[in-house]
Amino acid sequence: MSEPHYTLYHPRWYRRRVSVWWWLQKGSYTRFVLREITSVFVAFFAVVYLWQIYTLGQGPEAYGRFLARLRTPLFLALDTVAFLFVLFHAITWFNLTPKAMVVRLRGKRVPDSVIVGANYAAWLVVSGAVAFIMLRG
Amino acid sequence: MPSTVAVTVARYRPERESEPSFQTYEIPVRKDWVVLDALNHIKDGLDGSLSYRWSCRMGVCGSCGMKVNGTPKLTCATFLSDYLPGPIRVEPLDYFPVVRDLVVDLTDFVRKLKQVKPWIIRKEEKPLGEGEYLQTPDQLDTYKQFSMCINCMLCYSACPIYGLEPSFIGPAAIALAQRYNMDSRDQGAAERLEILSEHDGIWQCTFVGECTKVCPKHVDPAGAIQQYKLAGATHWMRSLLLPRSAR
Amino acid sequence: MERITPLLWLLFSAGGTVAALLFPVHLFLTGLAVPLGWVEAPRHEFLYRLVTHPVTRLYLLVLISLPLFHWAHRFRYTLYDGLQLKHLTELIAVLCYGAALVGTALAAYLLWTIA
Repeated sequence: MSEPHYTLYHPRWYRRRVSVWWWLQKGSYTRFVLREITSVFVAFFAVVYLWQIYTLGQGPEAYGRFLARLRTPLFLALDTVAFLFVLFHAITWFNLTPKAMVVRLRGKRVPDSVIVGANYAAWLVVSGAVAFIMLRG
Repeated sequence: MPSTVAVTVARYRPERESEPSFQTYEIPVRKDWVVLDALNHIKDGLDGSLSYRWSCRMGVCGSCGMKVNGTPKLTCATFLSDYLPGPIRVEPLDYFPVVRDLVVDLTDFVRKLKQVKPWIIRKEEKPLGEGEYLQTPDQLDTYKQFSMCINCMLCYSACPIYGLEPSFIGPAAIALAQRYNMDSRDQGAAERLEILSEHDGIWQCTFVGECTKVCPKHVDPAGAIQQYKLAGATHWMRSLLLPRSAR
Repeated sequence: MERITPLLWLLFSAGGTVAALLFPVHLFLTGLAVPLGWVEAPRHEFLYRLVTHPVTRLYLLVLISLPLFHWAHRFRYTLYDGLQLKHLTELIAVLCYGAALVGTALAAYLLWTIA
């Protein structure tokens, strides 16, 4: 039999502690944390690119070693996972942009789908441009 | 359709227990019954000691917010038939102290609503003789969505940031502030920004988005907060680069 | 720290946009298409000439620096909320933004001296 929980004039309220595993308790919370984790893979690739620039500056042999390192199974696996996470980041980012950027034309709000569509269009154009520039030689 | 459904209700009677417990009741299934009807059925006939809040029973007062099968909902708008064959679990809203059974303490929420100065702020009031403030339908449209909040607290119960950091000012309060910021009659945006730029204001939000998901009035508090962040950041840039014009 | 929060959020947003628009194609080419032989690897002389161009140097600085700040801001909040490391909040902030600053400085140095 537990003790009655009354302080003088005031019953004891019950306060629940939030578990450190709160983000596993609901699907949408887990998806949210996965979305936040994409930033780690973004940083990972930023560092890989920094490394590429370094080896480019060191000469063809160093660059060749860099390319060889990227062909190893470890890096292929890391890059595949990173690519999937970066894709997840891009998709969630574009879909959420209209929430922060409300555009009003002539007094009416531009529908979210238009902003999202514009983002994806820009994505295609920019990706195409980068690929074209990089693969010319 | 089965004839009854098991409704498991959280109980907490501080005078005789230190932790909440659960009690299950068999509720008859009527085609258009909502969870609130089930609770009233329990209170009227099965167990008069059950404590819970409700009022309008039509989704405009915001009193009957509770967790139904883990999701914050208005019990007057949650149909039993959507949860058949059951069991249906009814608990008090998360992240608020439980006073008794399904009743939570609202003090923190009400205090935060007041903090954001939810009224029209004018540098100078128009004298009565000059008539009313005029507003076009388009101007109304910019803030109307944020004015639909019924203060039901479902968004606070869904927000993990509020759960982890109880000092966070929270979705409804920020949406309410934005409702006034966007009102063409209001001139208090800078004043409110000062309050909401503090540590527990808009910058604590990490855009989980659960608040918007559970809002029964489609207020979209998450959208309000992100818009506020952009406005806050823009204001900060302007005050840095053009200090005179931002004042 | 509070007074620069809007700046940190702006860096986070800019970095997130750069990462969203440009990282998929760059990662795909550098990390998958070239190593797996789907496209021919750009020759060293070509890439070197491309990278030493002043516009490319600026582009690469932005490409590396802003996403690092995006990571710093997001990761800091993830540690704070996800793992509830409230007592380490200042240390985490310093480490995260500090790392982004170091990465930016490194990128700037490399791109300045690459020719």
